[in-house]
Amino acid sequence: MNIPILSSLILLPTIGAIFIFFSKSNVEKYNSSKYIALFISTANFILSLYLWFVFDNSISEFQFVENRKWIVGLVNYKVGIDGISILFIILTTFITPLCVISVNTTVKKRLKDFLISILLLETLMIGVFCSLDLVVFYLFFEGGLIPMFLIIGIWGGERRVYSAFKFFLFTLLGSVLMLVAIITIYWLTGTTDVEALYEIGIETKYQNLLWLAFLSSFAVKTPMWPVHTWLPDAHVEAPTAGSVLLAAILLKMAGYGFIRFSIGLFPVASDYFVPLIYTLSLIAIIYTSLVALMQEDMKKLIAYSSVAHMGFVTLGIFTLTQQGIEGGIFQMISHGLVSAALFLCVGVVYERMHTRLIKDYGGVVSVMPKYAIVFMVFALGSLSLPGTSGFIGEFLILMGAFKKSFFVAAVASVGVILGAAYILWLYKRVIFGKIINQDVKKLIDLNNSEIFILWSLAIPILFFGFYPEPLINTIEVSINNLIEVYNLNLENYMVKNK
Amino acid sequence: MNIDINLILPEIFLSLSIMTLLMIGVFKKNSTSLIFNLSVLTLLILSALILNLSNIGETFIFNQSYVIDDFSNFMKILTAISTIFVMSVSADFLKSLNIYKIEYPILILCSLLGMMVMISSNDLIVFYLGLELQSLALYVLAAFNRDNILSTESGLKYFVLSALSSGLLLYGCSLIYGFTGSTNFIDISSNTYEVPYALTFGIVFILVGLAFKISAVPFHMWAPDVYQGSPTSVTMFFALIPKIAATCVFIRFLYVPFINMIDQWQMIIIFISIASMIFGAVAAIGQKNLKRLIAYSSIGHMGYSLAGIATGSIGGIQSSITYITIYVIMNLALFCCLFMLRRNNNYFENIDDLSGLSKNHPILSLSLLIILFSLAGIPPMAGFFAKFYVFMAVIEQSMYFLAIVGLLSTVIAAFYYLRIIKIIYFDPSKDKYDTNHSFGLKISLLVSTVFILFYFIYPNSLINIISKINII
Repeated sequence: MNIPILSSLILLPTIGAIFIFFSKSNVEKYNSSKYIALFISTANFILSLYLWFVFDNSISEFQFVENRKWIVGLVNYKVGIDGISILFIILTTFITPLCVISVNTTVKKRLKDFLISILLLETLMIGVFCSLDLVVFYLFFEGGLIPMFLIIGIWGGERRVYSAFKFFLFTLLGSVLMLVAIITIYWLTGTTDVEALYEIGIETKYQNLLWLAFLSSFAVKTPMWPVHTWLPDAHVEAPTAGSVLLAAILLKMAGYGFIRFSIGLFPVASDYFVPLIYTLSLIAIIYTSLVALMQEDMKKLIAYSSVAHMGFVTLGIFTLTQQGIEGGIFQMISHGLVSAALFLCVGVVYERMHTRLIKDYGGVVSVMPKYAIVFMVFALGSLSLPGTSGFIGEFLILMGAFKKSFFVAAVASVGVILGAAYILWLYKRVIFGKIINQDVKKLIDLNNSEIFILWSLAIPILFFGFYPEPLINTIEVSINNLIEVYNLNLENYMVKNK
Repeated sequence: MNIDINLILPEIFLSLSIMTLLMIGVFKKNSTSLIFNLSVLTLLILSALILNLSNIGETFIFNQSYVIDDFSNFMKILTAISTIFVMSVSADFLKSLNIYKIEYPILILCSLLGMMVMISSNDLIVFYLGLELQSLALYVLAAFNRDNILSTESGLKYFVLSALSSGLLLYGCSLIYGFTGSTNFIDISSNTYEVPYALTFGIVFILVGLAFKISAVPFHMWAPDVYQGSPTSVTMFFALIPKIAATCVFIRFLYVPFINMIDQWQMIIIFISIASMIFGAVAAIGQKNLKRLIAYSSIGHMGYSLAGIATGSIGGIQSSITYITIYVIMNLALFCCLFMLRRNNNYFENIDDLSGLSKNHPILSLSLLIILFSLAGIPPMAGFFAKFYVFMAVIEQSMYFLAIVGLLSTVIAAFYYLRIIKIIYFDPSKDKYDTNHSFGLKISLLVSTVFILFYFIYPNSLINIISKINII
């Protein structure tokens, strides 16, 4: 490949952002900037689909690798993808145009700046999933804080400042320890190149501490219990498009990081800390599901459900079985679609009623039937009904968990039931029942762009629910390889210790 | 003894130009603008002269008491160029305060001369001479707005405290001379095989004096008051250029004569570094005045640059030099923004005056956003790389405690930078500021901001130069 396709994917949104920055658009309508953003993000989506098309999913090596000198003697700019990362890239490029379309109704002021932030965020997010060098990864991972901070802070709700600060400082606090770990790895091995590190391996006596340092960053970002508290705040205050990006993609960075770095680089430590992750995941699943049941704010409820679902993801990943990790990735993709859709659904009624409290709704079905249908698809996707993509993910995760520990799997299954309970109860209270609030009667059903956005999320949820093959095929070989290498490392370690 | 006059030409040229400029200023009426322009020209020629020396390699002159090497050349060019920026942005400001006088550029050049002597000094006496020359000029500059009570107070405060620290420093010099029999750095280093404890006292006294000059905790008390009281253009000078020179002396003093005694001084530097990082981060949170905030933030930044020095390795020195370079550029940009907060010839310097700036001045706010995130050390801005290099060096020496404390205080410091960004971007807007800024101000802001933002594309530019520096 002569064309640096990954770098183009990373750079294209930035170029779009620069165009928007210099475009003289009408102050009232901002039309040109919106079309530029839409055009660029769609082009990026098509480019990523092409990437998927030419991607060879029968080999486990990294593909489309680009390696350029960057900081001489220290770090190379190295990007490349394998079966695990490509799906996240496509998820990113898929969600971004939808966010751009959704700003039609949701963003009232400074649209130009908003679009610039979203496009820059896209660049950084794609960068996270491509980078094959720890420092480059850190750069993208941390850089994402800046646009997200602005999105929450400028366009957010009433307590936006508090939430933006909490989001920024929590994540930064987690990440600086990861930076220490990355630099330590450099001095231990002489490289920060991920591929080379897979080969060399990291001395086992350092692995535990380094693993914990990475955990501190990923746990905040995932978010895992007990450092999840920033998420509900950030979600509630962020504008709809911000919530969508946060839930759909930013949270997935950590899950991806667990697979790529925690398991890949520190197999011994990963094995050692499995009980810790199990415990935290189970607490997240059960506790946040219960908390979600008690929420009166729709966005908060979905935010807590995100924590619970991400609990399943970490559980699946750290079962360290083929099914568990596949399920984890599948669940992340599925949750990316479902939670994005649910936040958009909340956004739809919030724009009309300017309240997110569940008690203000009820009986929406009689005035917004189209909305009720599409909301139902997402609610069912969230509770992982068979036939939706959520089911495949959770099923695989539980399968992986049953292989390792019956108790863990049993507790997690309870979480599935709770998940069904809160989302169905939310659906019942919002959509069905009698109309108590007179404002509900004035609601107007979905307009065309909303129908387009929501159904383009609903279709993949249903499609991959019935036919998960394309996704599974893409990730299978890479995960197989990951598990093999992991087991090999572990065996070597056991042999050495005997 | 034959001395190649070329080696000392920059200093000679500078002193001759100072005298000439002074003469022109005294005998020609209304020559302030002329002097300003001529002094910028002088600085440009000076930079060219220093650049001309860049291939010389390490050379000692005047009985080894004066050294020209890559390190001194780099630092001199850095001081000269940053002084050009300071001069070119301060004219408008001085006019508005009615202190647009010939003494200003001449004093700055005097101070610069002192710093160049400091940077090249390889002898305690030479070093002290340079230090006093720069300090005397700085006392006057701090009190330059003599009708303003805050300015005179800050001048006096700086003078008294600085004199005290110079006294301590001189006492340290005499102790070192007493126990090693020499004031020359190279002679001292060959006389320190048997380390008498009193020698450590000498080092400590000198470190106290130097820590005062770079306002490191616990010798930082003067900085907030002096920064706030001095005219902003002088504050800018204070915040940038003496720090370069003092850091340079810090490095040379610790690494040339006393590298064998690293066990004695390493803990001191680590302590000063950690204290500065934490104090700078915590104390800045409550500030309302931007100049005061910059004072505290520069205390914190000095902590990071000292962390590099504390490592005792060549990588540490280089990281520290990189840090100070990027720090200078970031603060330069920040002060440029400060000069742009002008309405009807009044300059504003409270954080609240930034409220809602992004509405009326999108470009200025964007620059501030970039600068502040860079100061907070968030990638991909240059400030992140500065910290990255320092912590690379620190962790190489397995000083994990220093690294973790340093990075945690970054998080605390991020809070107050974020607070300013919050005020700029999230708060309701106020009246517009003037937009007719001088060309020099605009171009300085542009250059420095572009450097900060795009540093990550080609980070080798700086590293290639700095990696040549080796003084051990």
